[in-house]
Amino acid sequence: MIDIVLLAFLVGVAVAIVYMKDLLAVVMLTGIYSLLSASFFVAMDSVDVAFTEAAVGAGISTLLMLVAITMTGRSEHPERHKPLLALAVVIVTGSLLIYGTLDMPYFGSAEAPIHQHVAPRYINDSMQEIGVPNIVTSVLASYRAFDTFGEVVVIFTAGIGVLALLSVVRRTEDSSKIESFNTSMHEQHLILRVVIKMLIPFILLFAFYVQFHGDFGPGGGFQAGVIFASAIFLYAMLFGMNTTRRVINQSVIKFLAAFGVLLYGSVGVVSLLNGKNFFDYSALSSDPVAGQHLGILLIELGVGLTVASVMVIIFFNFVGRRDISQMKEKKDI
Amino acid sequence: MDTILQVSSALFLLIGSFLCLSGGVGILRFPDFYTRMHAVGVTETLATTMILIGLILHNPSFMVDLKLLIILLMTLFISPTASHALANAAIHEDMAKQTNSKLNSEATSSKS
Repeated sequence: MIDIVLLAFLVGVAVAIVYMKDLLAVVMLTGIYSLLSASFFVAMDSVDVAFTEAAVGAGISTLLMLVAITMTGRSEHPERHKPLLALAVVIVTGSLLIYGTLDMPYFGSAEAPIHQHVAPRYINDSMQEIGVPNIVTSVLASYRAFDTFGEVVVIFTAGIGVLALLSVVRRTEDSSKIESFNTSMHEQHLILRVVIKMLIPFILLFAFYVQFHGDFGPGGGFQAGVIFASAIFLYAMLFGMNTTRRVINQSVIKFLAAFGVLLYGSVGVVSLLNGKNFFDYSALSSDPVAGQHLGILLIELGVGLTVASVMVIIFFNFVGRRDISQMKEKKDI
Repeated sequence: MDTILQVSSALFLLIGSFLCLSGGVGILRFPDFYTRMHAVGVTETLATTMILIGLILHNPSFMVDLKLLIILLMTLFISPTASHALANAAIHEDMAKQTNSKLNSEATSSKS
């Protein structure tokens, strides 16, 4: 019942997103969409995925898209081309996909291949092999460490892409002008500043909890990195970019983004050098289970470092770009 | 003791759900932004507080109660601040609009 209601909401929000012309509203709706799918995942008992969806989809990506909108402008351009061809392609692909689902096993069927293949092994043996209570963490970080490594590299590549496209060389005279602009904007939000100042330590603490408690409960490097980055975003929004640039060194952040990936990869290489498979953490210690624990801790740390610093890099570069375009507008006036 | 707890928690939950519902109706029915914000504020603070208190009374385990209490504290901090930020931004925008329209009318009047 609750599944049907949530899915109906999802469809409604998706249709609304298509029809909206105001991009700000579209971004808000995508946030709502993510939150709804997070609740849907909770209803399906997959807390880890729901946590990621809520933190990444509803939190960070909404924020990043808002920053992007401040650069690009708020409303969609009216379309001039005929959408018939696109509609035909979408209809054909959609009907092919629906035709494909006919061959799939029924929802929740016990004979489905996914319940026959590796899932029983994960559920039955992961406690002896990995010794981590949260099976999702042991699957993500140990059995399928190679996939997760790929994901981290994708995030790192995204960070590099943003750096290559948007990175700007900042001159000191520019930043002093921007600073005056910023302080005049941020003086007025006294209540926000006080409350956020109180909350930021707790957000950071929660990020660490999520990072290191991922073995036992829902959580892990991805969510923790995003939460950590969101604390920094909050700080940057209220205290101005220049203060934040002074607090957080840009080159350290860039170094950390690369270091996270390096840490992850080198854990794999160490197990390779010890004569085991790539990412077989039992090579890390004399006791295989202790080795697994150490390996999972290290790679989650690498994931967290990379995710947090890439998010911060993306945010800083977006906002830096926006500041510069605003400066130009001011000069033009 | 047990029945008292159950009944009071049910009462709190009922009040909370009623406030949620009235807040939802308020968002749809109230005429302008500020009154709608009032409806949202009621939902965010009072209704969530009521529901969380109801859940705390309903749940016997100490750890869960503690977590719910922390969530309650966080909501009490965050949602009034968020409402304040929204209202502040709205006032700011209104003032900007008014001054803009004034400037525009002045410009047109000086032209004519």
